[in-house]
Amino acid sequence: MVNTVPSLLSARDLRTGYRSGAKRIVVADGLPELRLQPGQLVCLLGPNGSGKSTLLRTLAGLQPALGGTIHISGVERWTPAELARKISLVLTDRVRGNNLTVGSLVALGRYPWSGWLGGLNAADKASIAWAIRATGIGPLLERKLHTLSDGQSQKVMLARALAQDTPILMLDEPTAHLDLPSRIRLMRLLHQLARETDKGILVSTHELDLALQIADEVWLLQTGGQLRSGAPEDLVLNGSLESAFAEEDVAFDKVSGHFLIYTPQDKPVRLTGEGIAFVWTRRALQRAGYEPVSAAGREPGASAGREPSASAGREPVSAAALHIRVEERQGRTVWLLERGAETGEFDSIQKLLQAIARK
Amino acid sequence: MTGNPFPKFRLTGLLLLLLLAFLLDLSTGTIHIPLKDIFRVFFSPSGADPTGYFIVKSIRLPKACAAVLAGCGLSVGGLQMQTLFRNPLADPAILGITAGASLGVAAVMLAGGSMATLYAIKELGVTGSWLVITAACIGAGGVMVVVLILSRRLRDNVMMLIVGLMIGSLTLALVSIWQYFSNPEQVKEYLLWTFGSLGGVSGSQLSILTLVILVGLIVCVLSSKMLDALLLGESYARSMGLNVRSARTIIICSTSLMAGGITAFCGPIGFIGIAVPHIARSLFNTSSHRILIPACCGIGTILLLLCDTLAQLPGSQTVLPINVITSLVGAPLVIVLLLRQTTAHPW
Repeated sequence: MVNTVPSLLSARDLRTGYRSGAKRIVVADGLPELRLQPGQLVCLLGPNGSGKSTLLRTLAGLQPALGGTIHISGVERWTPAELARKISLVLTDRVRGNNLTVGSLVALGRYPWSGWLGGLNAADKASIAWAIRATGIGPLLERKLHTLSDGQSQKVMLARALAQDTPILMLDEPTAHLDLPSRIRLMRLLHQLARETDKGILVSTHELDLALQIADEVWLLQTGGQLRSGAPEDLVLNGSLESAFAEEDVAFDKVSGHFLIYTPQDKPVRLTGEGIAFVWTRRALQRAGYEPVSAAGREPGASAGREPSASAGREPVSAAALHIRVEERQGRTVWLLERGAETGEFDSIQKLLQAIARK
Repeated sequence: MTGNPFPKFRLTGLLLLLLLAFLLDLSTGTIHIPLKDIFRVFFSPSGADPTGYFIVKSIRLPKACAAVLAGCGLSVGGLQMQTLFRNPLADPAILGITAGASLGVAAVMLAGGSMATLYAIKELGVTGSWLVITAACIGAGGVMVVVLILSRRLRDNVMMLIVGLMIGSLTLALVSIWQYFSNPEQVKEYLLWTFGSLGGVSGSQLSILTLVILVGLIVCVLSSKMLDALLLGESYARSMGLNVRSARTIIICSTSLMAGGITAFCGPIGFIGIAVPHIARSLFNTSSHRILIPACCGIGTILLLLCDTLAQLPGSQTVLPINVITSLVGAPLVIVLLLRQTTAHPW
């Protein structure tokens, strides 16, 4: 299927970096072939300093590649003015006030299409109106840029890029500075745009959770400049994600698709039960420094509700001195703690944790 | 662009104010000439009082015209520099062009200070001398060439700003060295030039200055779309298809031409270039250069005409240097406008 649809963008043997006088500082070298298809949302992931922005800026034509070729719609050489009709950008650069209103900023997106004095025709105005509708910034049009919140500001910059009406849209860390709901909304909007407008969208982001959920393809940059691409699920399953962030002292949990804040410890606790209460008990125990192990002989996924226990079978259950059972009694959740012959009963996770700590 | 309908009424109002300021400037001076006499000079020269006719036609009219030209050139130049460098403190002098003109003048007055030169200056007045004008043009042009060569090599507008400031201080340092080794009378002549004067431009000089300013303004109007794009910063401008380096060259050419020309003919006039763009943005509440360019022309002209009127100190024989008045009037005006603004950060 990939071969029947022409690529919007393809890059081969790309080497990214900077020229500084005669010196060349290479950021990433020998990148595999990268392709962006119409209607596809690609997330560019990678730790800080892995060269995400450099790659994005190179693909966008803002800085020259140190080697390799980039084809846009099958053509390699573009003048800046032609390229501006192919690729629009949302950058991390903060656009300051300058007395600029939201309306004028979005209208500036028509720059590559408008006349030599910047006059706008009906087609320009239609594009602007569509961009404003798609991003829902209608109520902000008269506002000055410096009065916007970070979330509003990001939407406005997206509207400007949409007004530019290009087949390719690239965004450099658009979710930085946004709160969680805004991040989700923005990513969902990008997902919708890719589906509905057939644009090829490339987003560099740190939002691993969100990227894994919505990306059609993930380009995973590693510190040192290697890049692996594939469906997000494939990258989780083949361990690429784990190894990309391995140098940092945080662990990626393949099962939940999250990064773990705590460092895994070796205090085994036997945990049995089911449902959502089981999942959250497991998390609480992990936070408190325990390694929850499920009962031996059980199918891990069967009892653990939607989220099976990650460490099932890894630790010998017999090594656990504690056994915690999560039970449902008359619509209430009860936690039973067995320590040798003793048995305690608790009605909240907090009390359970206090009891364990007291031992 | 859109969202900014052309403010016809406000611009027309500005034009009317400009006419009033122009007439006011013509009527004030050591000899007061009532408005009706001024109208007579223009519309029925035969019926006009010959003394008044002479004063208006050959002294005050050229001076007011010079004020119009300098007002337009300096404020539009300031607007271009503030947008190009995205810096509210930028003015036409920021690239060192004005300093270059000063160097040229200093070279003639201080180092070349032979009796012949001094005689020529004394005969023709400090600002009216072709010698001084030519020297200032050579100085400004020289610095402009250096700035443009460097501008082609630099990627970044911030670096360009720093380089411009460095060239400015370098040039002024040379002037200071010259001053240090010159005798006090020569230094005084030079100092008088630095006070600026609109009165020394006459006849053929005025035509040349008009031509220079017109070319600069036309280039600026043609580059107004580029200036709009530069508001978003260089990366965004480039992503919208703007060749940032060429745009910078065009904008620097336009500003240098106007600032160099004005400094050569009128001496350095400060403050208009930095203050007027702020006033224009505040009054017209826009960032679109298609509106800001005519607004700056209007406001700059009005301000400079009023300053010139004030410099005559109505009712007295003394004339204050124009460079002093522009700051005295402009600074409080900008402060008031900033205080009146309800929202923070005009930038």
